[in-house]
Amino acid sequence: MSPGVDVKTLVIDGKDVTGRSGQTILEIARENGIDIPTLCHLDGLGDVGACRLCLVEIKGSNKLQPACVTTVFESMEVSTQSDRLLKHRRTILELLFTERNHICSVCVANGNCELQSLGQSQGLTHVRLPYRNPDLHVDASHERFTIDHNRCILCTRCVRVCAEIEGAHVWDVMGRGIDSMIISDLNDPWGESSCTRCGKCVQVCPTGALFDKSKVGEAHPKYPDFLPYLNLMREAK
Amino acid sequence: MPVSTPPPLPSDDKRWKIVNGTMRKNGFARHALIETLHTVQSSFGYLDDDAIRFVARSLRVPLSQAYGVVTFYHYFSLKPPGRHTLTVCTGTACYIKGTDKLLASAEKHLGIPQGRTTQDGQISLMTARCVGACGSAPVVLADGELHGQITREQMVEQLERWAVE
Amino acid sequence: MNLEELEQIAESVRQENARFDYEVNVCMGTGCLSRHSDKLKDALTEQIAAQGKNALVRRTGCMGLCAAGPLVLVDPDEILYQHVRSDDAGSVATSLGTAPVAELQCNLRDHFDQQVHIVLENSGHIDPERIDDYIARDGYQALVKALTEMTPSEVIQQIVESGLRGRGGGGYPTGLKWGTVAKAFGDTKYVICNGDEGDPGAFMDRSVLESDPQRVLEGMILAAYAVGASKGFFYVRAEYPLAVARLSACLRDARRRGLLGNGICNTPFNFDAEIRLGAGAFVCGEETALIASIEGRRGTPRPRPPYPAVSGLWGRPTLINNVETFANIAPIIRNGGKWFASIGSERSKGTKVFALTGKIKNTGLVEVPMGIKLREIIEVIGGGVPDGHTFKAVQTGGPSGGCIPAEMLDIGVSYDALLKIGSIMGSGGMIVMDDTSCMVNVARFFVEFCMTESCGKCIPCRAGTAQMYKLLTRICDGSATMDDLDLLIDLCDTVKETSLCGLGQTAPNPVLSTLKYFRNEYIDHIVHKRCPAGVCSIQSPAEVTA
Repeated sequence: MSPGVDVKTLVIDGKDVTGRSGQTILEIARENGIDIPTLCHLDGLGDVGACRLCLVEIKGSNKLQPACVTTVFESMEVSTQSDRLLKHRRTILELLFTERNHICSVCVANGNCELQSLGQSQGLTHVRLPYRNPDLHVDASHERFTIDHNRCILCTRCVRVCAEIEGAHVWDVMGRGIDSMIISDLNDPWGESSCTRCGKCVQVCPTGALFDKSKVGEAHPKYPDFLPYLNLMREAK
Repeated sequence: MPVSTPPPLPSDDKRWKIVNGTMRKNGFARHALIETLHTVQSSFGYLDDDAIRFVARSLRVPLSQAYGVVTFYHYFSLKPPGRHTLTVCTGTACYIKGTDKLLASAEKHLGIPQGRTTQDGQISLMTARCVGACGSAPVVLADGELHGQITREQMVEQLERWAVE
Repeated sequence: MNLEELEQIAESVRQENARFDYEVNVCMGTGCLSRHSDKLKDALTEQIAAQGKNALVRRTGCMGLCAAGPLVLVDPDEILYQHVRSDDAGSVATSLGTAPVAELQCNLRDHFDQQVHIVLENSGHIDPERIDDYIARDGYQALVKALTEMTPSEVIQQIVESGLRGRGGGGYPTGLKWGTVAKAFGDTKYVICNGDEGDPGAFMDRSVLESDPQRVLEGMILAAYAVGASKGFFYVRAEYPLAVARLSACLRDARRRGLLGNGICNTPFNFDAEIRLGAGAFVCGEETALIASIEGRRGTPRPRPPYPAVSGLWGRPTLINNVETFANIAPIIRNGGKWFASIGSERSKGTKVFALTGKIKNTGLVEVPMGIKLREIIEVIGGGVPDGHTFKAVQTGGPSGGCIPAEMLDIGVSYDALLKIGSIMGSGGMIVMDDTSCMVNVARFFVEFCMTESCGKCIPCRAGTAQMYKLLTRICDGSATMDDLDLLIDLCDTVKETSLCGLGQTAPNPVLSTLKYFRNEYIDHIVHKRCPAGVCSIQSPAEVTA
């Protein structure tokens, strides 16, 4: 072991694993092929711990902790698949599906949507909660892209990529609570905002809320894997 | 790196100097955003896009971030208030003592929902989450002045006085 | 400033007061001011001068019994007058030196005798805008003593010994918190006074800031000395203009007296404080949201750890205590931690200020020793439920708390006891409800509050409270089924366990506690389509299906 690197050993779902001090549970789980669902987390962006899908149980604590921001300690025992966690994950997904208007069959992201695939992988077979059916608008004022607030899950990946990576900070959240809304500038139409047209926000959006107009009617996969690369290149500078 | 020059004052209205004063006192630091917005609101009564743009540029805060802050805090208003403002407290103690009914009758009397101003710009009807005078519940604020243990009749009387002014 | 100088100031105040035969104290807290006690004070000054009485008319802070305001206290006879109008000024002036005005006299011995005043010891006795009045009542002795005779760790030791726990709601041991910040690495540290009293129905912080702001400041300076901070912020709600004005005056006067600024009390200790205004967001009572707000950002909480004690304001170690917590510090340093620990119950020491409101006779502020029975607070001190109605429940802890039914009133008030029965101490609001309150409707009120105050960052709180509200509305309007109730309970469980901050984690409490103690009211609404208290307007089944 090289000096200065502090290695921790821990157990995740009964599997012995190791990680460096300062690493998060999520990082180590993924290194070891253990799947923890996430939505607001994206490799390369700062974490906010907001979607609560990555909550895990840690032995000795009754409180659930978000794997994306919880760092490991020696002899930690983590459980990611208990009945309690599975139930909460399904309810959270249910809350997301009923919050706005998610109709997969008519969505540009159908088949390429992280929310949709999480619903499938977490066994969400039906929705018990009432649909809220809010009346939301679609902003197609931008020459290349469209934002459809009906599909937005407020993960704030677009806000973070624009502020942290592009450095433009065109996006932010207005209002609060259930009335929160993604805005550009002073709630201006996207096309009239200070947007740099880089399109990073579209690539990191997990649903069909942000999409490329040229892709309507065909498959619209997103490619957010440029982020770790950009960060790496910046560090190398 | 070139030092960014602060934007010019939006107009020669003297109140902008007060706003600028708050920012200068805080060294034009980003964290003075809320303090400055308070100054704008107390000077002008509300915050419009021009004001937010001016403050955001002066403090080098992204526009969307400034707008996010303004709309997060309920104390800030994006619309000019009426000549008079009736604020009904909707805290728990007031609710138990029936301010929901007071609010409903004020809405009915003025013909506007809470948060709005009458068409003639005379009266705004607002709500507050507890003004901390729970011992005097139910409470309303008439142009900021607190009235405790108020009855529906007293409140309507006040609204009628304002309406004919 | 040293002890002799403090004593000189105190002595001159005493001499000044001794020139008068009587002291007429007029309450000018927000409650009494709303009934024009400012005009009353002018009238009293005028009448006393006209009648040639040798009396001092003093503006004071809150006297507690808001229900009976405006209040006037005449010393040295300790005669309390209630509902005093400006027209009564003449008769009050005449009474000085003769018999008290019988029809204005307030005889509520039971209300006052059961109370123990530590935090409120000066409220109603001093002019809140005169620092010398505070000094004359032992003010700043604790600070001088700490700075000249004690090390920071000795100060912390006294707080640990006192057993003081955070008065803002959580009840975290104050000494432990101070110790953590003191040990945290960093040259720059901050202290913050949390005066963002957002709990509707709680107004003790407002009252303390309005009545005795110097006490809170002294507590903050002591904390800064103990943890090694040089800068402090008072975060106060913009809805409390009087508290902000008095606190500003307090900071200005303390600076003039050399109690704030560089080289406090001629020691190398430097500390200054300023005020930051809240802007109407309940969630900013949460520590990390409060910090975001002081930094000028949206008041959204972030996951902890790291705790503010390690990484807080601008990433520096930060101590955050509530107004009432700071108000307890000076007496503890003055009298010793052991003295404080001798008051109260086993694991909850000292006193607690409660705001009694709702359907209760003596609304206002009371300060009682921890461990006192709820029944005593409500029936004896509070005077019970008025107008021949019967008590149904008392709600403690604000939107994070629970509703406590009549059969539970014999528990002693402490952090642990309240937690055990499904409520919390919270900041100290107690809202009494009688048979005219519908508990389902009350639960819906609180959930609506949490829904509109949710910051919207995490999904369970943002969408969960909205769905809870929707389900509760169904129950209130009679359109719910028993399946909806099961769904509501299931949802409460997820919101409670998965929300990011305290607001979401405790938002289900009012629903769960009313379900626990008043389940029959839910069943009445759902199955029998009726509201026992007659509050909810339930459509007949025919209308619902139509």
